[in-house]
Amino acid sequence: MTELEACDSCVLNNSAQLLKLGINVENADYVIALAGNPNTGKSTVFNALTGLKQHTGNWPGKTVIRAEGGYRYQDHKMKLIDLPGTYSLLSTSQDEEIARNFILFGKPDVTIIVVDAARIERNLNLVLQILEITDRAVLCLNLMDEALRHHIDIDERTLSKELGIPVIKCSAIKKQGISELISTVHQVATRQIICKPHRIKGLPKSAQKMVDKLDKKIRKNYPGLPNSRWVAIRLLDADADIIKALKNGDF
Amino acid sequence: MKNKDTQDLLDLASELRWEVGENFHDTLVEGIYTDAAQIAQKTEIKIGEPNPYSFERKLDRVLTSKKYGFPIMILILSIILWLTIQGANYPSGLLASFFLEFLHPILKTGAFQLGLPWWLDGFLIDGVYLALGWVISVMLPPMAIFFPMFTLLEDFGYLPRVAFNLDSLFKKSGAHGKQALTMSMGWGCNAAGVVATRIIDSPRERLIAIITNNFSLCNGRWPTQILIATIFIGALVPDGFSSIVASIAVIGIALLGVGFTFLSSWILSKTLLKGEVSTFALELPPYRPPNLWTTLYTSLIDRTLIVLWRAMVFAGPAGAIIWLISNIYVSDLSLANITIDWIDDFGLFFGLNGVILLAYVVAIPANEIVIPTILMLTVARLNLMGAGDGVMFELESTTETATLLHAGGWTLLTGINLMFFSLLHNPCSTTIYTIYQETKSWKWTTFASIMPVILGFLVTFLVTQIWQLFH
Repeated sequence: MTELEACDSCVLNNSAQLLKLGINVENADYVIALAGNPNTGKSTVFNALTGLKQHTGNWPGKTVIRAEGGYRYQDHKMKLIDLPGTYSLLSTSQDEEIARNFILFGKPDVTIIVVDAARIERNLNLVLQILEITDRAVLCLNLMDEALRHHIDIDERTLSKELGIPVIKCSAIKKQGISELISTVHQVATRQIICKPHRIKGLPKSAQKMVDKLDKKIRKNYPGLPNSRWVAIRLLDADADIIKALKNGDF
Repeated sequence: MKNKDTQDLLDLASELRWEVGENFHDTLVEGIYTDAAQIAQKTEIKIGEPNPYSFERKLDRVLTSKKYGFPIMILILSIILWLTIQGANYPSGLLASFFLEFLHPILKTGAFQLGLPWWLDGFLIDGVYLALGWVISVMLPPMAIFFPMFTLLEDFGYLPRVAFNLDSLFKKSGAHGKQALTMSMGWGCNAAGVVATRIIDSPRERLIAIITNNFSLCNGRWPTQILIATIFIGALVPDGFSSIVASIAVIGIALLGVGFTFLSSWILSKTLLKGEVSTFALELPPYRPPNLWTTLYTSLIDRTLIVLWRAMVFAGPAGAIIWLISNIYVSDLSLANITIDWIDDFGLFFGLNGVILLAYVVAIPANEIVIPTILMLTVARLNLMGAGDGVMFELESTTETATLLHAGGWTLLTGINLMFFSLLHNPCSTTIYTIYQETKSWKWTTFASIMPVILGFLVTFLVTQIWQLFH
């Protein structure tokens, strides 16, 4: 991290090309969603990118409404949406619905998934669910300083390989790793990086067969749908919202 | 054609749903967990010491222990309130003497020299300006001390521990454990607390959390509690103990609010909102050393100044209204006095008075202006504020606020009942609007708005009856 610190304070760094736009988000070229578990510092990342002062707090459930902000990087205007922090996308509380619906129907160009580096296993549950919905994501391994203080480090290369998306180590509160995050998000948005997201493998064979059967049917009906498998899983789980959305033709 | 395809798809889905069995949801969750665990195992590197978080665990064991959890909670709240009460008095007096004693006569003289008509001068300077001056001097100092301390505690990560301690009590009341979090959020602002109930999945438990959020003393009400407790309760004991006793009184009211939250949650879950309690996992986030300067900055900007600004936005017009109703006369009596006389008996019946009731009507837009409104109405009622010929009275400190209120016929009973009524009355208009936004139901919005007022009158009535037994 010490090298990063030195780089981050250098004017020649990527950050120099960053222009924080605050709430001025009209005519954005790309829409970026910010998702993650509660209390992983999403709002801090949001503030670091946009220059806004969205209130942050050390307790789950701080952001329940979505906040918007923007920044400009290399001639592209990015609109950033801070989604409510959730542990999963499978239940029906309003905050989860807001987060899920935005990633599913809002189709952001990139989803930044903020995770707490010291609690990676629990955070991965949400990451894996998000990666079922979208294939364009960047993992922001936040709170790295805290994790190291607690004697935990993360092998980010292996993690990146496993998840099939770029992984950036950050400590948003100290502005560490933010410039790398910005350029990676830009590369994913402009398709210089193509993600191959991890898909849930842990299902038993019998269930997997059902999912595949339904998935095939969905792909026939909706060619080009990136998350057909996830829709199949949700249908098997009798997700009333997804059934309604299908009937309304939201896909 | 599309419709038929969709129907086919849904049919296939329900067919397969039978085959896959009803445990699919659990299978799915298990599948995700297995994957997550495998990836975590491959990527997590433990350095050196085998037991991270050992200090945090020890701290948690104390802060959330059955034995010490509650006493520590109350102790921390007491210390914050005591510091607020101790620290706010002097700057309050300083601000009051600047705005009311120093600047006010200058403005009056200036207006006189400009040749402003008496009514315009009275409306602007004795109405709008005085209300603003009062709001700033009464509210700014306690807020500037209370909010930063509260935010430091929040950033440190203490609030989820409070929620953890209260969790089992909420479950026993038939409510969701996460209501402990939305309740704590209500201690800042009830409107925010109501929005925060979105973290609760079940509509039944969410409604309970929304309806009972008003029992959390909010930003706008802490200063009222602190001031009245200082004047009426702190004054009962020798000077050295007065701030401690006053803090205990305020904590008593805050805890009473928690008590009412449990009680009304329990009654609601047994009557109007029957149902099962859902279970959930409450995560205790890591302790984080608060970033002192950022916290001070954000709590001053986000909380103190925004609340103060809101109070000023509402206080200006309220001041104007107060001045108008104090200066429009119908056969020798001002409108304010007519109204106050008319409702005074009703108020006294509940151990309050007409001024307080009228103040609560004027202050529906914002709880913050209750005290300034009460002060202005009392002044107007005592005819200290002569029309046109300038206002010559001072409000240097809480002692003089006390003198003014005593002159208005206030007793210890009035003070105690005002504290109860400040806890138990309708939510401010912003919160009412938010409740409607969140529930989309006029029925529940009306219920949530009226239920606390009825409770308030009930409690003040009972207190008055008991008081009269002993006097």
